[in-house]
Amino acid sequence: MTETIVPKKIYFRVWGTLLILLAVTVGVAYIHLGWFNPAAAVGIAGIKALIIILYFMHVRYSPKVLWVFVSAGFVWLGMLFLWTLGDYLTRSYLPPPTIWPQ
Amino acid sequence: MSLIVEHQFDDYEQQQQATTLGMWGFLATEVLFFGGMFLGYTVYRLLYHAPFGEASRHLDVVLGAVNTGVLLCSSLTMALGVHEAQEGNRRMVMLFLAITAALGMIFLGIKFFEYYQKFEEHLIPGPHFMWNGADARHASLFFIFYFVMTGMHALHMVIGIGLMAILVFLTWRGKFSSVYFAPIELGGLYWHFVDIVWVFLFPLLYLVERSR
Repeated sequence: MTETIVPKKIYFRVWGTLLILLAVTVGVAYIHLGWFNPAAAVGIAGIKALIIILYFMHVRYSPKVLWVFVSAGFVWLGMLFLWTLGDYLTRSYLPPPTIWPQ
Repeated sequence: MSLIVEHQFDDYEQQQQATTLGMWGFLATEVLFFGGMFLGYTVYRLLYHAPFGEASRHLDVVLGAVNTGVLLCSSLTMALGVHEAQEGNRRMVMLFLAITAALGMIFLGIKFFEYYQKFEEHLIPGPHFMWNGADARHASLFFIFYFVMTGMHALHMVIGIGLMAILVFLTWRGKFSSVYFAPIELGGLYWHFVDIVWVFLFPLLYLVERSR
């Protein structure tokens, strides 16, 4: 089979990076940074997920058609979040039109 | 071992790529399955920020962090298992898959200890839910999300451990070789995906409100 065999060294490095990121995410959570706290939590989780997908799940070494399949689920998830939060987060921006029946 | 190429494929390599592609198609549906719950959690967290934050602080960060570490280690042993499968080392494959399953069981053990603590503290939503702070209704809503999301994740872990058991058995029976090991690879993809779900669950449920 022509599939790339990833050296073990890379797996250990990825694992080390993931554990460091785990320590960072726990540490950052206890420092008061306001809106940056949830942003950091989700951002670091996203980086961890990306590393796992690229290396542990071999996507980095896979054909481009697989990249499309991998992206598909996350693109739809992004739309789900964008459309829904676009509604919930902006509801207070404008009052309901006055022509609406009370 | 003879290679069987089904008639719709040009060659064995294309067949291999198709199995991986199909698995990612399934994982995309899993992304959206968990994604719906993450979205619901996000919306309610934005709407009921204070009670959700207060409820979140009742979770045990140490146990959650240890469990995250356990799962990250299991992902390493899973990746090493697939690596050994590529090299055709049957015994090492069985060893690494068994360690992966064992780490999964440690994760579930810690998880159920956490559930037991919440039971003792009367934090299970329902008639016996007890809450000292304000807005008990929405604190209870946080715990509904907590139990449903971690519960669905735990169910996936149980399925993953079952898959590991089947893969160890099939490896022991000599069903795989350095050329044919697609089931081990796909089992690995599933395991890593379940790990990724937890990578998001841990900070969102345990960590977001710790700084005040």
